[in-house]
Amino acid sequence: MALGRDGLIQIILIGNSIVMLAPIIIMVMSAFKTNAQIFQSPFSLPDFTKVGNLVRVWTETDFIRYLMNSFIVTGSSIALILVLGTMAAYALARYEFRGANLILLFFLAGLTLPLKLAVIPLFIQMRDLGLLDTRFALIFIYVATGLPTTVFILTGFIRSLPNELEDAARMDGASEARIMWAIMLPLVRPAMVIAAIQNIVPIWNDFFFPLIFIQSNDLKTLPQGLTTFMGEFGTDWGVLFSGLTLSALPVIILYIALSRQFVNGMTAGAIK
Amino acid sequence: MARLSLRGIKKSFKAVDVLHGIDLEVNDRELIVFVGPSGCGKSTLLRLIAGLDPITEGEFWLNDRLMNQIAPSRRGIAMVFQSYALYPHMNVYENMAFGARLMGLDKAEVEARIAEAARMLRLEPLLERKPRELSGGQRQRVAIGRALVRKPQLLLLDEPLSNLDAALRSEVRLEIARLHREIGGTTIYVTHDQVEAMTLADRIVVINAGRIEQFGTPRELYETPANTFVANFIGSPRMAMLEVERQGERLVAPGIGEVAPDRLPQGTEKDILLGVRPDGMTLTPGADGTGFAASVVYTEYLGDSAFVYVSMAGGPPISVRCGPETHLSPDMPVRIHVLPGKAHYFSRSTGQRLAI
Repeated sequence: MALGRDGLIQIILIGNSIVMLAPIIIMVMSAFKTNAQIFQSPFSLPDFTKVGNLVRVWTETDFIRYLMNSFIVTGSSIALILVLGTMAAYALARYEFRGANLILLFFLAGLTLPLKLAVIPLFIQMRDLGLLDTRFALIFIYVATGLPTTVFILTGFIRSLPNELEDAARMDGASEARIMWAIMLPLVRPAMVIAAIQNIVPIWNDFFFPLIFIQSNDLKTLPQGLTTFMGEFGTDWGVLFSGLTLSALPVIILYIALSRQFVNGMTAGAIK
Repeated sequence: MARLSLRGIKKSFKAVDVLHGIDLEVNDRELIVFVGPSGCGKSTLLRLIAGLDPITEGEFWLNDRLMNQIAPSRRGIAMVFQSYALYPHMNVYENMAFGARLMGLDKAEVEARIAEAARMLRLEPLLERKPRELSGGQRQRVAIGRALVRKPQLLLLDEPLSNLDAALRSEVRLEIARLHREIGGTTIYVTHDQVEAMTLADRIVVINAGRIEQFGTPRELYETPANTFVANFIGSPRMAMLEVERQGERLVAPGIGEVAPDRLPQGTEKDILLGVRPDGMTLTPGADGTGFAASVVYTEYLGDSAFVYVSMAGGPPISVRCGPETHLSPDMPVRIHVLPGKAHYFSRSTGQRLAI
């Protein structure tokens, strides 16, 4: 075997990268093509100077409004998930109290729940709460779906941090709130970034819940708003792909910006 | 100023009793070492004194104030942790300033205290560094500095040398002894290493299985160990223990031999454990003669002396300190003699020391 094990792994990884990247590349290329070009030569390189599709996304839809809605919904959901998730995880990881494990299991049970099956009860609940066609409907659901993974990731991470750090802060006279804020939070940041990215992508891209709960054009999120171009009789694929490209852009940029945080070994030097 | 008084301290974690009633009186300015095998409860006791864990039963008084319910930061106690527990995201200065600021000191006072601690511990060039950019010995000094900045009445050190390499240990040990004198407070030091305990302590607390086995100066512990545990734990190599029977003026070990020591224990107990340290015995080559019969296992040559390990009737090896000129090959028969005034006696049933 000339290649050996490593060579084989390399081939598999390269193949995997191609499979993962191909849809994104085709999406970007199709954003610069007309409907006809997309069907005649789906894999050909487009003329990147033809930005007509992008202009149409900009002018024929409320792109900016949808973008803002997506930002508001995703941003508030993530903020709530991180705040609630970190506090819950810290309590579960560090304080011994009756039922702590039960609560953790209860959070984990949330991972196994296919929320879309509960959409009718959810709809009834939101209607009774008077939250239909509001951003709160989306935010509440996203926070509920995001908390299990967040609590799971952060509880494990906080448990791995040395106990003596908190003891040292306690000896120094720090209150429990200050220990959490000044000592633990900076150390937990890498795990919070992971939890954030883990949640941002599905929330940003979600199509299902906005479709169910949002009717007003003013409140539509990006994936929902872009369906303007998906008609009953014909779909303008080129424009749709431009919209998708624009919609994926913020997440991709965020991903690249935050990926450095992953490897930030903050605990190095805390203990020997 | 710090006088400690522990009265009947007990600690249980759920159903497990870790400490079974600790009584201890510590004077001001003493350097006290808690020593014992791992899991004996010495670190637990330290955490109770610090206030990091609640006391299950008993009272802890510091300078005539009952401390049981008082928060750790209000006890006037600082602690250096085994892992140092430096805040990894703060630099050395901030690590030391964190506690001082929380004490409500004004800015100038915080700076003055840090400057003083940095001078004492030679940390001035390191103040801007993060913990991960420091060596083990430097981290150790920062951890001590962070404790000193709070000007504690009582300084607690939890196995402070265990993460350092052997070369640094004796150096830092001296440093700690110097700091203790310079600060003029009371220090409690936890270790499992009896050499550290012997060299540093004013008085040593030997703890085993959640009880105090003996509390005294290093000399008292070495010369008059209260029981077989302390006798075995203090001193290196270990004290030899031999089961003997008292027959009048003689101590007889069946099948091994007999000795007639200069002093015998008081009382009439017949079943006695005879304990002798390596420097309390001599040996003569040959199978015949007085003393205990033994055979050589191996010899450790140390330059100025040699430890000969011998076995009596196939028992565990015991060490005898000999001159460096000793040449004994394995399996050679020898006779062991006890030097005058070097015998320790313990009851075989209770393990307690028998007075002479």
